[in-house]
Amino acid sequence: MSQYVLRRLLVAIPSLLGISAVLFFVLALAPGDPFSELATNPNVPPEVQAALRAKFGLDDPIYLRYLHWLSAMMHGDWGFSFVSRMNVDTLILQRLPTTLYVIGSAQILALLVAIPVGVYAATKPYSVFDQVANSLAFIGFSLPTFFTGILFILIFSVTLDWLPFVYSTDINATGIRWVLEMIRQAIMPVAVLGLFQAASMTRFVRSAMLDVIRLDYVTTARAKGLGQPKVIVKHVMRNAMIPVVTLIALQMPAVFGGAIVTEQIFRIPGIGSLLISSILSNDTPVVMAVTFVFACLVVLFNLIADVLYGWLDPRISLR
Amino acid sequence: MLDKELRSMIGKVKDGRMDRRAFIRRLAAVGLTAPLANQLLALGGVAMAQSPMVYKPTKRGGGGPLKLLWWQGPTLLNPHFATGTKDQDGSRLFYEPLASWDADGNLNPILAAEIPSVANGGLAADAKSVLWKIKPGVKWHDGKPLTADDFVFTWQYASDPATAAVSISTYGEITVEKVSDLSIRILFKTPTPFWANAFVGAYGCVLPKHLFADYKGSKSREAPNNLAPVGTGPYQFVEFKPGDMVRGRLNPDYHMPNRPHFDTIEMKGGGDAVSAARAVIQTGEFDFAWNMQVEDDVLLRLEKGGKGKTVYATGGDIEFIAINFTDPNTEIDGERSSMKTKHPILSDPNVRKALSLLVDRESVKKAIYGRAGRTTANYLNGPEKFVSKNTSWEFNIEKASKMLDDAGWKVGADGIREKDGKKFKLLYQTSTNGPRQKTQAIVKQACQKAGIDVELKSVVASVFFSSDVANPDTYPKFYADIEEFQIPMTQPDPALHMRRYISANVATKENKWQGQNFPRYVNKDYDAAIAAAETETDPVKRAALYIKCNDLLWKDTVFIPVMHRLKVEAAANALRPALSGWANETDNIQDWYREA
Repeated sequence: MSQYVLRRLLVAIPSLLGISAVLFFVLALAPGDPFSELATNPNVPPEVQAALRAKFGLDDPIYLRYLHWLSAMMHGDWGFSFVSRMNVDTLILQRLPTTLYVIGSAQILALLVAIPVGVYAATKPYSVFDQVANSLAFIGFSLPTFFTGILFILIFSVTLDWLPFVYSTDINATGIRWVLEMIRQAIMPVAVLGLFQAASMTRFVRSAMLDVIRLDYVTTARAKGLGQPKVIVKHVMRNAMIPVVTLIALQMPAVFGGAIVTEQIFRIPGIGSLLISSILSNDTPVVMAVTFVFACLVVLFNLIADVLYGWLDPRISLR
Repeated sequence: MLDKELRSMIGKVKDGRMDRRAFIRRLAAVGLTAPLANQLLALGGVAMAQSPMVYKPTKRGGGGPLKLLWWQGPTLLNPHFATGTKDQDGSRLFYEPLASWDADGNLNPILAAEIPSVANGGLAADAKSVLWKIKPGVKWHDGKPLTADDFVFTWQYASDPATAAVSISTYGEITVEKVSDLSIRILFKTPTPFWANAFVGAYGCVLPKHLFADYKGSKSREAPNNLAPVGTGPYQFVEFKPGDMVRGRLNPDYHMPNRPHFDTIEMKGGGDAVSAARAVIQTGEFDFAWNMQVEDDVLLRLEKGGKGKTVYATGGDIEFIAINFTDPNTEIDGERSSMKTKHPILSDPNVRKALSLLVDRESVKKAIYGRAGRTTANYLNGPEKFVSKNTSWEFNIEKASKMLDDAGWKVGADGIREKDGKKFKLLYQTSTNGPRQKTQAIVKQACQKAGIDVELKSVVASVFFSSDVANPDTYPKFYADIEEFQIPMTQPDPALHMRRYISANVATKENKWQGQNFPRYVNKDYDAAIAAAETETDPVKRAALYIKCNDLLWKDTVFIPVMHRLKVEAAANALRPALSGWANETDNIQDWYREA
């Protein structure tokens, strides 16, 4: 088992190298300038802009810049942001907790909605409940998050004035008030993200359950006189969850990406909004670091999914 | 009232020991009116107060939290690294300059004991030096006293090329010497009529020598205080997350009486302009939002049930269409728009004039800018004394068509004009943003009616304004026939604004397109007028020279001015922000307060 994990990790290294090279060259070839804001400022002669470019090595050949970046990365130096003039790892660590809090809560909400609804809908296919759940699920993943986000803001912030729509990382409160405030401001973004995720997951859980429910061993379990809840929870769900686990694990990195839009709408200072603003200001080191983290996450969650397989289904052995 | 007593009272007002209103009240008691009292203060060297702004709070603090929303948050907090205004705005909460500009373009002392003038011996008669007196008793947030050494150090720090400060242009050409512990002298190489540049405004913030002394030059990026400012400003630094938020709290030792009014300050970043407007005007979650680049009818809709409103500040920002005097379609020695070429269509002055007649500024104002713009025929729109009265614009398709006919451009079979077998076709480029694309559409429509075929192109802002020499789409390369953007006026003086278009500044391959004269305009009269203005110390003659320059730009149709743009902000109804079109939004943050 540990050998298997190690081997998988070793295989990941060349693929990560490849990913980083492609990313770097694409970013380097993209036009733009982190110092373009200086251009229309009549107080700043253009030489200043050019001098800054030279200082940050933007005029070096691309392959040299890549090698610099790579060797620094090997030494654990994530690089230095052109725009903030600080280390990239500090920037990312500042924003990681917020992202994890919002995305984590959204994923948990999605699971809490999707599994019970999906399972119940599968036990009573084509019932009224199933039809309603299905329709809602379709609506849920057809509506983009930027639409539902703005809709929520219009309803709950502008019209009803119940919830704040600007996420604040510093709340002037302590103890229980602080906790309540944190929850209050996270309600809308978590609901938007969570329900969007839940919609597709519900469909997935339902179809996985339906596949298993028809199998012979389930009929046997029922024939032995086991109660319906026991059959569903102990026999059907365990097998049906295997593809669902894969889906969730492989979706995790995509969730980070999907959260970018939500983070922009609610001004959540997470990794996603850092990525967007860095792309817009051509802050290559930051974009590079964030996308590279995403790439590592994809590799990592693939591995986690495989390990979970073995645990859920002993027939799958990892060698 | 005795003359001596009056003088000492003016002195008190000057260094902040007495508030202006108290002075006016005292004079009213002996039968002098407020305007007269104000005149007396002005004669005594106290800058005019901004007419709508009177600072009311009578004690320090008690204003609760001030919540600001910048839809692009500050990414760094060292004023000398600030690439954009957002970074200057964030830094300015903690750091201060000697003086800042008010709404009328007057200087207000901040760290200065008084504004230098010829009368108080601050300004040398030859305009080659200026003596600044520093207000006594000012402390850095860590308790150390502010002295002349800090100013001399800031000059050394910013003028060192290895520091890579963006303010190098302000400090690189001057010398700063210490006269005493509380006064400095700035020396200029040539007579400099506009002396209020170094230590004034956005790039004027002074850094504490004792914290930055080890981080001058190539080590500048390692200074821990780049991210944790220690200044003299009204608020002390608490916390900073780049791009997300900056927080500060009231500075109990602040050097101005009864200021600041707010107990804490928070500047939140991110999102977009429309939702920022909504958070201030509609839901009241924030007190103030910056730079409302939103179409006016959207703002009007938000204001209907409002907890806030839009506020405006007038400066000299000009949105224009620039005309290329060279040929963008012919390449000579690896360079298009080369000085060795002439534009095949637009080098005819009558054609340029006709084009100017086809820009419907009134429609642009109605459809896009609304209250945030004023139609103008001038490139130079402020301060008032520099504004030309000799120009006027009109929108007239018939007149333009006739001019084009006379110039030999006849309408062809396809409705497009042609001359000597050449079609009248223009490429019109600008940066990508809603209002600019709408303006393009309005201009294109009028041009079509006059038989001109206009091709529109929009370039992402970070590319359009990039200094990347390899990129063909930048505005200084000007590989198009006409282009539209805005040049902001960052100080109430036209010197830098007008200097751009002298012939020595033409953007060419040779200077890596760093010359600021992107229209490639060459005119000896213009060069001469600029040269004369730059050493002219008589303010009236100097203003006349700049007006002449503006009129030359208009007469030769180098630019088609589209809109004199105002600064637009959103503020809560009770908030009284001290804003100026000549300064950044936070440049007078110490004077902000909330009506009870």
